[in-house]
Amino acid sequence: MTSMLSIQGLWKSFEGFVATRDVSFELAAGETHAVIGPNGAGKTTFFNLITGHLRPTKGSVAFEGRDLVGLPPQKIVRLGLARSFQRINIYPRLSVFENVQVALIAHEGQQWNLFRPGRSLYREGTAELLDLVGLTREAEETAGELSYGKQKQLELAIALAAKPRLLLLDEPTAGMSPQETAETIASVRDIVKARGLTLLFTEHDMSVVFGIAERISVLHHGEIIASGAPDAVRNDPEVKRVYLGDGSHG
Amino acid sequence: MPQSRYLIASAIVILLLALLPLSGSRYAIDLTTEVLIYALFALSLNVLIGFTGNISFGHAAYFAIGGYGCAILLTTYNWPLAASLPAAVVLAGLVAAVVGYFCVRLTQIYFAMLTLAFAMLVWGVAFKWKEVTGGDDGFTGIKMPELLTSPVAYFYFTLAMVTVGVAALWVICHSAFGLTLVAVRENSVRAGFIGIDTRRMRWAAFTVAGAFGGLAGALFGMYHRGMYIENAFWTESANVLIMVLLGGIYSFIGPIIGAAVLHLLQTFTNQYTPYWPTVLGLILLVIVMVLPDGLIGLVSRVRARWGRA
Repeated sequence: MTSMLSIQGLWKSFEGFVATRDVSFELAAGETHAVIGPNGAGKTTFFNLITGHLRPTKGSVAFEGRDLVGLPPQKIVRLGLARSFQRINIYPRLSVFENVQVALIAHEGQQWNLFRPGRSLYREGTAELLDLVGLTREAEETAGELSYGKQKQLELAIALAAKPRLLLLDEPTAGMSPQETAETIASVRDIVKARGLTLLFTEHDMSVVFGIAERISVLHHGEIIASGAPDAVRNDPEVKRVYLGDGSHG
Repeated sequence: MPQSRYLIASAIVILLLALLPLSGSRYAIDLTTEVLIYALFALSLNVLIGFTGNISFGHAAYFAIGGYGCAILLTTYNWPLAASLPAAVVLAGLVAAVVGYFCVRLTQIYFAMLTLAFAMLVWGVAFKWKEVTGGDDGFTGIKMPELLTSPVAYFYFTLAMVTVGVAALWVICHSAFGLTLVAVRENSVRAGFIGIDTRRMRWAAFTVAGAFGGLAGALFGMYHRGMYIENAFWTESANVLIMVLLGGIYSFIGPIIGAAVLHLLQTFTNQYTPYWPTVLGLILLVIVMVLPDGLIGLVSRVRARWGRA
């Protein structure tokens, strides 16, 4: 099994507070892997360390054999690793269409083109991505005015525009209604399958996690306390104790 | 297509302006020449403010560099206009590239303060380097080509140059580059995560703004046949900033409208009272309190209300 993402001894501390504690982690190509843990367990920090948003205090992150530590986000994206954000992170004043279009412009390296009209570029690719996440009808709406759930879908489309091989989704269904959650998860699963993506995601909804994850890692106080197949994690006594409780979840 | 509507509207405006000398009014010609120059100046600043979201307090520096550069090359070095003008634009762009290299390392108020600091430095150079710039006597007696000495001829020259400058800025602002700048403005963190080097984009915008500001400055110096250190002073930077805000930063033509309205207001106010700065203060107050998106924003709000009624 080849590792697509290999993390060794990763630490991150903020002024004495340790947010990530000696995390080692392997992600195989093609795997769908969930990172779960209670609020404040360090899931988002973990993602931020991988994607260059934060610099680890120590440790290494390698993507397809290439060291990512110290690279800025824009370089990491170009290596084929894209992410979405837990908190909505879009261009609120641009149209939905432009939100995705500009991501394609960046992906194709056209951001330095001072002559070609931006709005005429990659219209087909943009429309395809919007169709994929179900936002075709909202294409001309102002992104900031979309419902929360739809903004999350837009997040996903923007991440996909970078044509990643590894996709990181930070709480893709946070704040969604149960129905939106079900739809989103179904579409994520389809997209991941159709594009042959490796998926690493954090999620608080256990039904989502156990529904699509092939492997699960549990973060607690910045440490990975368990990692493995869903059933093994579900039955892990330590996990039960700190997180899943007495079995009322999932 | 709105694109072709814009083109037709612009063609009509240019045509009407071209007919202006038929009025025979020297006053109208001079005033319009000034408005055209300020319009280009304000538009150049808006590449940075409206499109990239970086507020510069020192844009007069590039206006002055363009103005002094062109004046000195024409007069001291006897270069032809066809070489002086492009050289002045390139010079303003180069200085903007150097200054911008440092400024874009900072954001928000720190960015603004650094642009102000560099602009004061440029003013200091114009003030102290007397043998080249004329110091506080100004650089006077600019040698103009025979062809452009009449006000009407210079008006047409300005109209042509401003048209070229505005057209170029239009293309740049609506290019893939321009759209990417807007993404950087809207959310620079996200822009990083789609693969954009936001600092380099802001640097490029700074340079473009400086170069076109330089073109406006060069036209201004030749129009007045002189450049003065006041043209590099921070109050000039504030003035053009107000033009941009007045017109509206989120539309392409906003700054043109803002430049025209502010300059005309200033000219008329000065005929009746010496209290222009007070009037300017009131204008600024109105912008900040009720016109956050400028006159253009007001127009679209009124239109939206009528459209729905």
